[in-house]
Amino acid sequence: MTSRLAGGSLKTNALVPAANNGSLPGTIFSIIRFSTHDGPGIRTTVFMKGCPLACWWCHNPENWQHLPSELYRVERCIGCGRCIAGCPSGALSAGPQGISTDPGRCGHCGRCADACPAEARERTSRRVDAADLVRSISRDAPFYDQSGGGVTFSGGEPLAQPDFLLDALQRCGELEIHRVVDTSGYAESGTVLAVARHTDLFLYDLKLIDPQQHSIHTGVDNARILSNLRMLSESGAAIVVRIPLIPGVNDDAESITRAGEFIAGLPRSHAVDLLPFHRAADAKYAKLGLGYRGGSLAPPSPGCVAEAARRLSDFGLIVGIGG
Amino acid sequence: MNERIQRLRQESLNAVPRISIERARLVTEFYRENAGKHSTPVLRALAFMHLNRHKTITIGRDELVVGERGPAPKAVPTFPELTCHSAEDLRILDSRPMTRYRVDEEDVRTYEREVIPYWQGRSMRDRIFGRIPAAWKRAYESGLFTEFMEQRAPGHTALDGTIYRKGMLDFKQEIAERLADLDYLNDPAAADRAEQLKAMDIACDAAILFAERHADLAERMAADETSAARTAELHRIAAVCRRVPARAPRDLWEALQMYWFAHLCIITELNGWDAMTPGHLDQHLQPFYEKGIADGALTRDQAKELISCFWIKVNNHPAPPKVGVTAKESGTYNDFTNINLGGLTREGANGVSDVSYLILEVADELHLLQPQPSVHISLQTPDRFLKAAGRVIRKGYGYPSVFNTDETVMEMLRVGKSIEDAREGGCSGCIETGAFGKEAYVLTGYLNVPKVFELALNDGRDPLTGRPVGPETGDPRTFASFDELYAAFETQLEWVVDLKIRVNNQIERMYALNSPAPFLSVVIHDCIAKGRDYYDGGPRYNTNYIQCCGIGTVTDSLSAINTHVYQNRSVSMERLLKTLSDNFEGEETLRRALLNKTPFFGNDDDRADAIMQRVYASLFAAIDGQPNTKGSTYHLNMLSTTCHVYFGRMLGATPNGRLAGAPESDGTSPSHGADRNGPTAVIQSLAKMDQIKSGGTLLNMRFLPGMLQSEKDLEQLTHLIRTYFRMNGHHIQFNVVDTDTLRRAQAAPAEYRDLLVRVAGYSDYFVDLDRYHQEEIISRTAQSK
Repeated sequence: MTSRLAGGSLKTNALVPAANNGSLPGTIFSIIRFSTHDGPGIRTTVFMKGCPLACWWCHNPENWQHLPSELYRVERCIGCGRCIAGCPSGALSAGPQGISTDPGRCGHCGRCADACPAEARERTSRRVDAADLVRSISRDAPFYDQSGGGVTFSGGEPLAQPDFLLDALQRCGELEIHRVVDTSGYAESGTVLAVARHTDLFLYDLKLIDPQQHSIHTGVDNARILSNLRMLSESGAAIVVRIPLIPGVNDDAESITRAGEFIAGLPRSHAVDLLPFHRAADAKYAKLGLGYRGGSLAPPSPGCVAEAARRLSDFGLIVGIGG
Repeated sequence: MNERIQRLRQESLNAVPRISIERARLVTEFYRENAGKHSTPVLRALAFMHLNRHKTITIGRDELVVGERGPAPKAVPTFPELTCHSAEDLRILDSRPMTRYRVDEEDVRTYEREVIPYWQGRSMRDRIFGRIPAAWKRAYESGLFTEFMEQRAPGHTALDGTIYRKGMLDFKQEIAERLADLDYLNDPAAADRAEQLKAMDIACDAAILFAERHADLAERMAADETSAARTAELHRIAAVCRRVPARAPRDLWEALQMYWFAHLCIITELNGWDAMTPGHLDQHLQPFYEKGIADGALTRDQAKELISCFWIKVNNHPAPPKVGVTAKESGTYNDFTNINLGGLTREGANGVSDVSYLILEVADELHLLQPQPSVHISLQTPDRFLKAAGRVIRKGYGYPSVFNTDETVMEMLRVGKSIEDAREGGCSGCIETGAFGKEAYVLTGYLNVPKVFELALNDGRDPLTGRPVGPETGDPRTFASFDELYAAFETQLEWVVDLKIRVNNQIERMYALNSPAPFLSVVIHDCIAKGRDYYDGGPRYNTNYIQCCGIGTVTDSLSAINTHVYQNRSVSMERLLKTLSDNFEGEETLRRALLNKTPFFGNDDDRADAIMQRVYASLFAAIDGQPNTKGSTYHLNMLSTTCHVYFGRMLGATPNGRLAGAPESDGTSPSHGADRNGPTAVIQSLAKMDQIKSGGTLLNMRFLPGMLQSEKDLEQLTHLIRTYFRMNGHHIQFNVVDTDTLRRAQAAPAEYRDLLVRVAGYSDYFVDLDRYHQEEIISRTAQSK
């Protein structure tokens, strides 16, 4: 299921610039084709760069805006030095541990990744025009038609680039591509409502109801997340609420019960998906040169997941496990 | 699986493939006595009669469907009149580590004494090699192509539903009428037709005799049998063998036995490639099944048991052993009996029935090497059937493979078949399209397309040997543009296809004149009506295929040169050619740049896919419509079986960063590891090939088990297949197994004896593959995170 459109490699489909009549630029990390767990059918998922939250268990840390923009895989490095030659700011040097980057000098231009013949360096962000992005998304239209799939904007936080997202959503709408927005809901309410007019389904992440706990684990207060969810529900938007089940954070009876109460109390009824924590992101943290708190965390037991699902069902909610 | 089936299955798994020299001795003894006394067709028919009269027959304990080609299960006969194995060949077969066939030393000595001296210089292979031109030999030895007809008879035989409505006595009646109608005054070929028809008549008698001998044996065994139940079964077997193949079958048991006798007769008469297949077995059996269930004479379990007995019979018949290059290109016990399920009926209705599901169930439970089922999906095919197939695919046996019926029908209409015959056709062997029961669609050999390109890069010389092989098309260092290079490739391609076809056509006539197949001609329309043999244009349709290998490798190589030499000018042609001849020694950075900074086929990247389309168009132009000797033409086919491994060994380093000797891309799949945008991108790239103009393409996709766990995953798999087919894809197959499992199997083969993996158009036991093929399977891109 791997598919990388980002990274500057010629191997990926070039987003060929064309006459894009006023199309807006945005920053993405990657595009995954044949994505089957981010909404109905066969989908293309666009991972957008940047997120106002900093959940420590995050599976896509490369999409945090403040991190370096190039991945480095030392095991692929053949030591040819082309990245060093290609760097315009002299930030790279060869050392015993492969190539090291001087963070003070690196301007994150990505030319080192372009120069690397061994795919050891990879861009983690890429500026694209909405029109080019949608042209790329539409390539898999036959699969969407057959399977009832479409596009999913995920991240990062797609609502953090509202103008770009809206432009892309509208263009997808013109092509009758089914649109899913996978969001933390942490955005201006006006943005949320504007996006809702061009979105067919929200996957809305709900981590914790308790404001303090939420702040501790994600770095932000959850007041606007909860009010936006209520507002979206009120507006009649199609929503699946997704609860990442993180051991020691929100898998206790009280957290689950409070989430159940809140969702059941929304103006309309919405299905809930439980997403049990898994450790697939370990390797990503290593490539980014980061430590990972999640690395020592065991995934929740099947019993614990079932128990959480049961508690939620007690509120009359339809609960699924996994995406 | 009931107890009987468990036991028969286990016996089949335990049986060790061995060579039986009985057939060779009988044929030799017959030829010594009779060669020259009869016309060739009649001589062949009498030889077939001699075999059926004298060969050892056997009925195994608990068997319901009876008959073996050799004297025992997995005892494989030889065909010295086609290819006479040398004593050394036989000893190699006995001692080689992979795909081994046991041979008794005593038999080798008998072979040396009785068989070899007679056939030396007389076998088809000796005679063929005695007359082929030196240019052909050079090309063949450099690995530019293989030749199918040098040691097995031209093949690809699949039957339609005729034998379930007509017995041998009915065919004899038709033959007699046709003989009576011959016009000796106005038809100069009347006498030849008469000989062919007489031969077919003898072949019908020989088939009946073979069945009668089994009936007699069953009765003798019944007389000695102590168990009342088995005695009754043996009497029933005798009754079935008295009925078929003389007359048309009346119930499911007779229908299966009818087919099985026809199958055995065809693979005893000659060793045609891709043995034999019943074609749409579910459609053929469905009326018998329904009638039995309606009458109360048959239960679903009994039907399943009978079909299972038949299934095990096929597994008892390993491919006849090959020698030399042919053994390298196809090292497998599999003889490619590809059973088609689903599809369309002759009238255009959905062909899926209860029997289709029943057969899938049998294939799933028995999961044997042979036969291999394929599912044929049209727009009419219910999703339930595709999902049922997906549940078997998920187990990781590598089958069923999945075919697009609507596209296959269009392929056949394009080349002039009637809509009914096209619907009744399908895919046999691996992925080859044909009109079942009405066509000789002969594979003539694989074409090493990357090797053709290598000649263009070396002014017609084979860089591995330095020998001149193809025409001198110029030094690429002097080429000013990509188009000049491409023109050199096209010149080499036209030359090699022309050479191959010229020789094929000679071999084809040798078969028509020296090795007719009278029994096969009886069961293939319109051989009786025309009074002509299967190998001589007797069938309604007569197609020759050239199977083109390595389109991924050649596309990526062209793309690499286009990108790096002509567009970016990051490397000169001079340096590139030097690097290739040094197998990238000291040029790892350049190799990585070629591998990682080139648009490759399989990524839905129009830059690479346009080159693929251009290559495909050139192959089509060179091959399609070239005349064969039967008044019909050659077509293109995109199959590699395992030949991409042999061809890769005969190929130096290539501009796409592939090292010398490594396998080429298989079928129409992308080069190993080249596709990095997931399965939808692979499919989009493949869909840009105008597959309807081929006689079949082959797409391998490897999935790790984790991707197909849930019902939702299964649903997406069916959508993936359906979308490919909406875009006119011909075929797709899946290997569902993880790399760790394959590595463990390499380390401990004994524990992974039953690990089936998809190799090319078929599955094989992983541990039976040689190291090259094992590594090749592992290196196929896993479509997973």
